[in-house]
Amino acid sequence: MLLVPCPNCGPRNAADFSYVGEAKARPDPNAATPEEWRDYLYMKDNPAGRLRETWYCRSGCRQYFVLERDTAANRFADPPLPAAEADGEEA
Amino acid sequence: MWRDVPLRNSYDVVIVGGGVHGLATAYYLAANHGITDVAVLDKAYLGSGGSGRNTAIVRSNYLTPEGVAFYDRSLQLYNTMSADLNINVMFSERGHLTLAHTDSALRTMRWRAEVNKLQGIDSSVIGPDEIKKLAPSLDTSSHPRFPILGALYHPPGGIVRHDAVVWGYARAADHLGVEMHQQTEVTDIEVTGGDGPDGKGPGGRVTGVVTSRGRISTPTVVNCTAGWASLISDMAGVKLPISTRPLQAAVTEPVKVFLPTVVVSGSLHVYVSQTDRGELVFGASVDPYNNYGITGSLEFTEELAGHVLELMPGISKMRLLRQWSGLCDMTPDYSPVMGFTGVDGFLCDVGWGTYGFKAAPVSGEQMAEAVATGTTPEMIAPFSLDRFHAGTLVGEKGAAAVGH
Ligand SMILES: Cc1cc2nc3c(=O)[nH]c(=O)nc-3n(C[C@H](O)[C@H](O)[C@H](O)COP(=O)(O)OP(=O)(O)OC[C@H]3O[C@@H](n4cnc5c(N)ncnc54)[C@H](O)[C@@H]3O)c2cc1C
Ligand SMILES: [Zn+2]
Repeated sequence: MLLVPCPNCGPRNAADFSYVGEAKARPDPNAATPEEWRDYLYMKDNPAGRLRETWYCRSGCRQYFVLERDTAANRFADPPLPAAEADGEEA
Repeated sequence: MWRDVPLRNSYDVVIVGGGVHGLATAYYLAANHGITDVAVLDKAYLGSGGSGRNTAIVRSNYLTPEGVAFYDRSLQLYNTMSADLNINVMFSERGHLTLAHTDSALRTMRWRAEVNKLQGIDSSVIGPDEIKKLAPSLDTSSHPRFPILGALYHPPGGIVRHDAVVWGYARAADHLGVEMHQQTEVTDIEVTGGDGPDGKGPGGRVTGVVTSRGRISTPTVVNCTAGWASLISDMAGVKLPISTRPLQAAVTEPVKVFLPTVVVSGSLHVYVSQTDRGELVFGASVDPYNNYGITGSLEFTEELAGHVLELMPGISKMRLLRQWSGLCDMTPDYSPVMGFTGVDGFLCDVGWGTYGFKAAPVSGEQMAEAVATGTTPEMIAPFSLDRFHAGTLVGEKGAAAVGH
């Protein structure tokens, strides 16, 4: 069982969440070309290691948030948020 | 089954990944095109990936015309495989039922049946009475929470012994001169002249691969690594639309044979077939998040058991013997990524998700043609990597998300 550390609700079973996928900067929809937009939608880094991912706390606080996890060890980073974001900066 | 020969430092073609796709590509390169200076490299053993872990279902009742034509060619090759490769692959053409529990699912089945029929595929929608005749153990009454309203019935679908396919391709390729090298991990791909800062990426060309057993020079590398596909293509500077997800399966103790067809339920996220030995083999949808580990979960078994019992209440006393997991290379449209990549000499045959076993023969045949001719065969043109930036996806989710 994977415990997802929700910043609001604390650790809860992964089944309580929706997995959104790799977190990345969204291009400006008005300025992006169709190719840039599709690149954002479809292309993935898919590393075997540290990855920033978006989760949705479906059965709890209903917030979206980003956590960092190691996809080879299936373990959340400690602390689970990338330092820049935990400090409130844009990553 | 195949020779154990020393690894040389140069080959015409290096295939990364000794699963059924890599081995089929190697076999057809040698058999159809006379290209035999080929090495298949695997970091573990042949068939250690999805090829030795799948639930062995083959069928061609997909949703898009491109998909149907492609998977139908694969079934044709499966039909003559035992003779072609001189190995008994135990193709059991037992029929395949995809159950519909809702009006919208029934609508998708009708759509699929019409697409299938247009391509000459034996596929039709049948009602609960006929389903009951084909699979009497299914609860076709109107009581269940998800009553069975109908099914897409595909008589040519069935089960093939997956290990025999792996061994058959490996042995036949070996007889034609192809070399199999296990315990040989590719750690880098050499590319020069590409757009990337390191000279890799589009515009570049392949000169060799680096492995755990030394460097090999080669002008052609084919990526057949399924769940690890992104890691290999990263080495060439090619980005893929792939997410790696584990898929789990489970098997019961053997009992007398009572289930003659393959049964899939999309709404209940489960499918089941019975082996010739009498075990029930179950599968489901992929795990809910990306992962490169293959540890099974109790959630999977619990959910599976609950859903299977809704379909077949009579098997509640059966015991599960084992569960296992394998990595799947999921794409956004549930279709593969095949062919050239923009890096000269670097080809991909990946994005096989949960449905790549049935596709191996046609994929090997078509990839071999691409390598041999330097051009994209018409049959796999719709599956090119370009389609994601061009926005021309080949949406097969409705036919492949649960029923692999
Ligand atoms: C539980 C389960 C059930 C399934 N059921 C079905 C089904 O019923 N029907 C169906 O059609 N499909 C099914 N599939 C999907 C199918 O198994 C796969 O799509 C198919 O086996 C992929 O074959 P492949 O040869 O491309 O990859 P794989 O068999 O995964 O082989 C990839 C190989 O690459 C090797 N490799 C990785 N990295 C490196 C490296 N750096 N260097 C060298 N070698 C490397 C690995 O060791 C591995 O052997 C299922 C999959 C699973 C997991
Ligand atoms: Zn929460």
